[in-house]
Amino acid sequence: MTRAVKSVAIALKVNGENVNETVPVRRNLVDFLRADLGLTGSHVGCEHGVCGACTILVDGVIVRGCLMLAAQADGCEVETVEGADATGRIAKLQAAFHQRNALQCGFCTPAMLLTAAALLEANPAPTREEIRDQLSGNFCRCTGYQAIIDAVADAAEAGE
Amino acid sequence: MKAPDFAYMRPDSLDGVFAALAQYGDDARILAGGQTLMALQNMRLAAADVLVDINRVPDLPDIVEEPGHLLIGALVRYAALAESPLVQQHVPLLADAVPFVAHAAIRNRGTVGGSLALGDPAAEIPACMLALGAEVILSSAAGTRTIPMREFYLGLYETALRPDEVLTAVRVPKRRPGQFHAIDEIVRRRGDFALAGLAVSGVAEKGAVEAISLALFGVADRPVLATDAADLLIGKALDPAQIETAKDAVIASLDPPDDPITPPAYRRHIGGVLVQRLLGQIREKLA
Repeated sequence: MTRAVKSVAIALKVNGENVNETVPVRRNLVDFLRADLGLTGSHVGCEHGVCGACTILVDGVIVRGCLMLAAQADGCEVETVEGADATGRIAKLQAAFHQRNALQCGFCTPAMLLTAAALLEANPAPTREEIRDQLSGNFCRCTGYQAIIDAVADAAEAGE
Repeated sequence: MKAPDFAYMRPDSLDGVFAALAQYGDDARILAGGQTLMALQNMRLAAADVLVDINRVPDLPDIVEEPGHLLIGALVRYAALAESPLVQQHVPLLADAVPFVAHAAIRNRGTVGGSLALGDPAAEIPACMLALGAEVILSSAAGTRTIPMREFYLGLYETALRPDEVLTAVRVPKRRPGQFHAIDEIVRRRGDFALAGLAVSGVAEKGAVEAISLALFGVADRPVLATDAADLLIGKALDPAQIETAKDAVIASLDPPDDPITPPAYRRHIGGVLVQRLLGQIREKLA
């Protein structure tokens, strides 16, 4: 795309399925997932990379869905909480969050699950400090975080 | 908020990037990792008419070993920097600095070149590059020039980059025998902007400091080298009295901006705390 454009055709994989769409270039990836594909599990909070609620996976790593354009995801593999739920990849974390009451309103939860899963895949037995560090980029305004840390520690013990 | 209307292009070569900069001039902004630019666009603090996405420009280097140096391409992401065996072996300060940069999701996307070209005064990587005596490589249609980091920042978010230039890579000296390093910062919340930070790199020979650079960040309009303190340390052993002298010299040299939440006296104080903390750590390692 060597010319400046206002809309662009993109082809990507979202939760394992091929998606072909034409999007305005200013559409953020998370807005594309929510508004164009109906995948509303990724949430939009601050829209400037601080709250972490829009966390998704692009090509296997967690990123901020509000700091990437849909146009930039052309050719990429995207995974949202819906995909991670469907494959069972986060099942132990989900059970631990339920067990530990690690959510109240639930707004931050999808991003917390994906962020925690990324930690446990790289480091199956994290310390509480490492869990805190990993989740430091995700805001929760309800729980006070302790229950979330407990849940991630439980999931690690259960072998997520 | 959402970004204001803009056009987007994704050149497939550096020449394409140069052509875009020539065509759009100040109306264009280069989009690398986007971890600052996208946020500024969304907050409407930046309003580029054209975003020139360099993420798929193939002619930018990755991390390349050269005699005496590592060449680190502008698009190398923080996470890749920390995980690189070449960086861990030859420039361990950079690998140690990455965990201080924002959060995991940001580190997966943000780039070395983006951090350097933006020049946030509280950013870790520019200060590390300054401490390490790195040089940035700036390219344009007219050719390439190399600028030492200590000449690259001219003021708050002001760099030596010309409007037609792209920061394509940074060349970092490899660790020498006897080289030591340390980094730390003081933040209100993990991953937040540093209220003050310090990156140290130096060489010790037979218990005495042969060379040392102390780069402070978050304390001025750009990362700054504490040259007075460094001069006091050269040729001396890192004993508690020397460390105290260096700390006092750093506090005396700082003139932090007055910000409503963090008074200058506090930033000077924590700058001094960091000097004492890191030189103390280095002293223990050298012992």
